[in-house]
Amino acid sequence: MKNVGKTFEDQEQGSFQVFSDIDLDIKENQFVSLLGPSGCGKSTLLSMVAGLESVTEGSIMLEDKEIKKAGPDRGMVFQQASLFPWLNVKENVMFPLKKKLSKQEASERADRFLQMVHLSRFKEHYTHELSGGMQQRVAIARALAMDPKVLLMDEPFGALDEQTRHILHEELMKIWEETQKTILFVTHSIQEAIKLSDRVVVMGTRPGKIIADFKIDLPRPRKREDQQVIELEKKVMNLLEGEINKVLKEELSHEYSH
Amino acid sequence: MNTAIKRILFLIVIIGIWQLVFTAGIFEEIVFPAPISVAEALYVGFADGDFVGALGASFKHLFMGLSLAILLGTMLGVILGKSKQADETAGMYLIALQSIPSIVWVPLAIMLFGFTEFAVVFVVVLGGTFVMALNVRSAIHSVPPQLVRAARTMGTNGAPLFFRVEVPSSVPYFITGIRLAWAFSWRALMAGELLSNGPGLGYSLRYAQDYARMDQVVAIIIIIGVIGAVVDQLVFSKFEKSVMRRWGLAKS
Repeated sequence: MKNVGKTFEDQEQGSFQVFSDIDLDIKENQFVSLLGPSGCGKSTLLSMVAGLESVTEGSIMLEDKEIKKAGPDRGMVFQQASLFPWLNVKENVMFPLKKKLSKQEASERADRFLQMVHLSRFKEHYTHELSGGMQQRVAIARALAMDPKVLLMDEPFGALDEQTRHILHEELMKIWEETQKTILFVTHSIQEAIKLSDRVVVMGTRPGKIIADFKIDLPRPRKREDQQVIELEKKVMNLLEGEINKVLKEELSHEYSH
Repeated sequence: MNTAIKRILFLIVIIGIWQLVFTAGIFEEIVFPAPISVAEALYVGFADGDFVGALGASFKHLFMGLSLAILLGTMLGVILGKSKQADETAGMYLIALQSIPSIVWVPLAIMLFGFTEFAVVFVVVLGGTFVMALNVRSAIHSVPPQLVRAARTMGTNGAPLFFRVEVPSSVPYFITGIRLAWAFSWRALMAGELLSNGPGLGYSLRYAQDYARMDQVVAIIIIIGVIGAVVDQLVFSKFEKSVMRRWGLAKS
């Protein structure tokens, strides 16, 4: 078993420091959530792991190799499904496999992952014919088809309705158990983070930093009514409330000084 | 009521008014032909093969000019779309060039290439190139950054990124570009031919005017209008719609 180690440090945009001195070590097969109020840089951090944003200070390592640019060893699922509209569902899933596998192997692998997300029936459909939840499942299948070491998810269910989100939570849990992938999951929903993760990393704002790191050892599937879940939720909520108030206060004082 | 029936009735009403104005004798007959003599000119023109020959020559000019315009326009558009440097330097001039009516180029073309068919093709090329380039440029600018980011996380960069993501993503705008390039080129073609020494539909038009054959003049105007509408409606509109549907940009 190799350990996946990552260390983040600094990010400067212009003179604006989104966050600094972030140290995080994620073990293989873990499901880790990054939780925080908007503006804390959690999505930026994830983009840096994906290699879409440059790292200004420090370094991010994946299995002892430094991350310099985007690559297929890290699959990413965005808030919008970002599927290619000119390809059908199966072709979308096969997109990252082109030239890496033979046509037949790519096709078989696409079929396997489409089955995993229960979309085998919709293989030939175009993506705009699918609902938002289905599109997101295609995006997950596409990311998994590359067989990445880590699956990065940037608020993947944020744009979906409550019902669909619950269904997809359960599917994601099954997929995770089946594939044993390391998942780094960005969300602003406390419930979502607690329901899914082994570990919840809470980030604060101005400057962005890690303010808490919870291990969650509750058995799955977790129910919202569970006493332990409620307690955890309260704990995280109190933590975040302080952060959100800080942001509000800052914004208001800014308003008055003008 | 059926759309087709409405349109035909409307046409009958227009022709009726035309006939009324003719019968009232407001204009001299040599200036204002009757609908029936225009219909006759149309029939004779096609039966003799005069219009057929002129049409063939016009389409040859159009085909050559439009192909060149699409090719050049696409290259220009890709350069301007991909390079910010090039766009800042030359983008504004492209808009200026695009706004020049194509008939303005005719004197220049005649001075450069004489009264040749090539001069006509030259005007057609200028008519279509700039609008094509502008559309290709905005096609590339309108590639959703989300798709590019997604492709990059799948290890797609450089040339494959361009050909597998940016090009297919641009297709709907590219088709719109071709449609507009056709419309502009068609106008440029008529302007160029009108002042050329033939053959071509525009030349036939001026020839008919020189011999005071107003029935032929109106007949040719009708041909030009019908071809414009038919190509736009039957070819480009359908093509554009099916691409839009396929790309999920229109409701099916």
